[in-house]
Amino acid sequence: MKLTVWTYEGPPHVGAMRVATGMKKLHYVLHAPQGDTYADLLFTMIERRDHRPPVTYTTFQARDLGADTAGLFKQACRDAYDRFQPEAIIVGASCTAELIQDDPGGLAETMGLPIPVIPLELPSYQRKENFGADETFFQLVKHLAKPQAKTERVSCNIIGPTALGFRHRDDVAEITNLLFELGIEVNVTAPMGATPSDIAQMGKAHFNVLLYPETGETAARHCEKEFDQPYTKIVPIGAGATHDFINEIRALSGSTAPLDRQALRQTWWSRSVDSTYLTGKRVFIFGDGTHVKAAARIARDEMGFEVAGLGCYNREYARDIRTIAKEFGVEPLITDDYLLVEKTIEALQPEMILGTQMERHIGKRLGIPCAVISAPVHVQDFPARYSPQMGFEGANVIFDTWIHPLVMGLEEHLLHMFREDFEFNDAAGPSHHGGHQPAGKAAAQVHQPATEAQSSVLSTGSDVAIWLAEAEKELKKIPFFVRGKARRNTETYATSQGLSEISVDTLYEAKAFYAR
Amino acid sequence: MTEHMPPPLASGCRNTPVLKQRGQREVFCGLTGIIWLHRKIQDAFFLVVGSRTCAHLLQSAAGVMIFAEPRFGTAILEEADLAGLKDAQAELDRTVEELLARRPDIRQLFLVGSCPSEVIKLDLNRAAERLTQTYAPKVRVLEYSGSGIETTFTQGEDACLASMVPVLPATDERELIVVGALPDVVEDQMVALLTNLGIGPLRILPARTIEDEIAIGPNTVFALTQPFLGDTHAGLIRRGARHIPAPFPFGEEGTTAWLLAIAEEFDIAREVFDRVTEAPRRRARQAIQQAAAPLRDKSVFFFPDSQLEIPLARFLTRECGMTALEVGSPYIHDALHGPDLDLLPAGPQISEGQDVDLQLDRCRAAQPDLTVCGLGLANPLEAEGFATKWAIELVFTPVHFYEQAGDLAALFARPLRRKSILTVAAE
Repeated sequence: MKLTVWTYEGPPHVGAMRVATGMKKLHYVLHAPQGDTYADLLFTMIERRDHRPPVTYTTFQARDLGADTAGLFKQACRDAYDRFQPEAIIVGASCTAELIQDDPGGLAETMGLPIPVIPLELPSYQRKENFGADETFFQLVKHLAKPQAKTERVSCNIIGPTALGFRHRDDVAEITNLLFELGIEVNVTAPMGATPSDIAQMGKAHFNVLLYPETGETAARHCEKEFDQPYTKIVPIGAGATHDFINEIRALSGSTAPLDRQALRQTWWSRSVDSTYLTGKRVFIFGDGTHVKAAARIARDEMGFEVAGLGCYNREYARDIRTIAKEFGVEPLITDDYLLVEKTIEALQPEMILGTQMERHIGKRLGIPCAVISAPVHVQDFPARYSPQMGFEGANVIFDTWIHPLVMGLEEHLLHMFREDFEFNDAAGPSHHGGHQPAGKAAAQVHQPATEAQSSVLSTGSDVAIWLAEAEKELKKIPFFVRGKARRNTETYATSQGLSEISVDTLYEAKAFYAR
Repeated sequence: MTEHMPPPLASGCRNTPVLKQRGQREVFCGLTGIIWLHRKIQDAFFLVVGSRTCAHLLQSAAGVMIFAEPRFGTAILEEADLAGLKDAQAELDRTVEELLARRPDIRQLFLVGSCPSEVIKLDLNRAAERLTQTYAPKVRVLEYSGSGIETTFTQGEDACLASMVPVLPATDERELIVVGALPDVVEDQMVALLTNLGIGPLRILPARTIEDEIAIGPNTVFALTQPFLGDTHAGLIRRGARHIPAPFPFGEEGTTAWLLAIAEEFDIAREVFDRVTEAPRRRARQAIQQAAAPLRDKSVFFFPDSQLEIPLARFLTRECGMTALEVGSPYIHDALHGPDLDLLPAGPQISEGQDVDLQLDRCRAAQPDLTVCGLGLANPLEAEGFATKWAIELVFTPVHFYEQAGDLAALFARPLRRKSILTVAAE
């Protein structure tokens, strides 16, 4: 048993959902109790997908347990096939169904469906989301792809991108374009955007571009062995890594096509004098292994930061992270314990965190700026604009993203010069961030209600109604983000009614008056 | 005051045949209730004994990561616990010790059962008794199930409150207990209304802290503020308390009927009732009048979610001028939902349980102006051109009683207003 507050990864069947939802014409029949359908909202809300994930849940209940859960599963399989007519079905169990041992794979096999049915074995009590995605994609490739004659022109597959991936949508566009410029055709991009019949064609490519080792490495290895397809080992995040990636592609493909590097602005932005203030800023880096490795290199070699510590939450990449930590001369932190990460950051006191959404919260509490570099994802990690992490544009995006949380160079100087200034002071936060209120200030307000009450009277002036204590108390129960509006509306209302005092009733009269 | 009382309906929905289907249910499990319960009961910690899925649900369903160290967590079962290599009870003791050492502010600990803990038959009841003995009097340990195989969404709150009923001390006092977790501001309004009516002593379940705890006995009467408290209702009756049946306090009409049922129980004079409720009723009607304008003559379709569907359909049809096409509820209890069904004008399909694919087919055929559904369905339906209201907002937002009646109408009106404002179409 392990006490957990927040988790970096979901269970493995969520990884399988990321593969299925990224693909087309594939359906996932998941033996699971009713609450597990929450996973749909990861895709429809966080990623804003306009379709339901292609997942049918058996949603068994307690009363089914003594009866025929296996029959329920078969019914769900048949209904899913009839309704959605997929090209292939993957079947599996979530954590609870794993315990009742109905063997979805075996059951589905006996049904004689006229399409490939691929069973998934995802041990819920040992492994996690990334494993689930990696294993699911591997099983799809293993079952569907066969050795084939290679395409005439040199071509590759792009493998690894999934639904709910950190910037996968834009990374794929960026890298597809880069490969096009190098004269290399993309045979199949998978899992994201592929159908089962596309996956069957993967053997035609000359080599594979592995963008996300976390979700595609097992499949890449399989293709190397079975289809004689070498795969890329460099993940093109950062200007330096993108250069190396291009050289790796040239070596694999023989491409000598010239590349226009004008789009890469990051290197000059970083060299321009106004970036001097970035020099030697101490950063702590945490996330999935691949993004952390890339971020460490960018931080040191492309931004001029000092890496104060780094780590990853996925143990599968512990070895890589230990190696790079040694190179950087820091202690690696391999853990999925959020509280331990927080403790480490607190002890290291970096000037900036490059982390996940979880570290963003840690940063908020400790007053340390944070830029997000990796999954787990949040609705903010799916911007409407084009915002890749990979390739030249990715390097540009990363430069902007990383400096955004920081106080800008000249402003920093002003803070040092005028510590007591009402506008430029430590507590004010970066001037380009609105609504910034550091924790200390908010706490001070809570502890000094008298001062606040007094000031509200002072600010109101003579022709404005006075708030009675009860009404003032009632006002405080209104959430802070609408409290200002409520106060304003009530005062306007009281004035219009010629009232000299504001009571609880006045507050609600006003609320009703302005209701819409 | 009778001018605004619910007119008796020739045909309500109480005897309408209910459509019951069995298929995929697109609903949350009861663990979700922890998200509001841990804010409401301020000295409690909710320890889910479950899997990584449970932890992931709590984290992603609510987007509640704003709390530094929330008062809930998951003891994640691992391979060794399941294979019997470790004694699960001993592991639980160790986990609780670790937790209580770190959080000395905890006075009540709820062990919350999950699907996996139910399936492996981990005896949390025994664990709770043992741990209570270990940590009494400082910490009380209770247990309930929030598992998806046992509970749907808001039933988690029901299971939690029901677990508290047997340990409440006994009393012979004539007291009113109001049952259901409400936002603090709403609870205060309710207390003010009942107090002004001269009704008391008044107790609330759940109390905000263990110090405010209530007692119960044969002279206790209770009223429910939430329509999903079936097990708590049964537990209170087992303790000898008597239920005051009433429509739920949504909207002006529902709130008035709810208050009136209690006032009659306590023999409050009509003049007093009118005097106390006159101003807030007027305000509520005014606010609804303004906020509900976009809803008038529009149709609504409810997917099952929280069991709030029937009382809300009553509010939308009777006070906002909408027509209900289908009202789906995960469960229908006659004792709880009957008074609202009586007032709901006949017409809509009443459905219990779900086969989500078939229900989506019905929704598409019905072409409602507004669809009330869960988060998994909302964006897909919007993409098909249906205006939707996510049901989860209804349990996270203050919507009960007079002063929120306008807000409640506005919650439903906003998607329609928004649809009419946005002039550049999606692709």
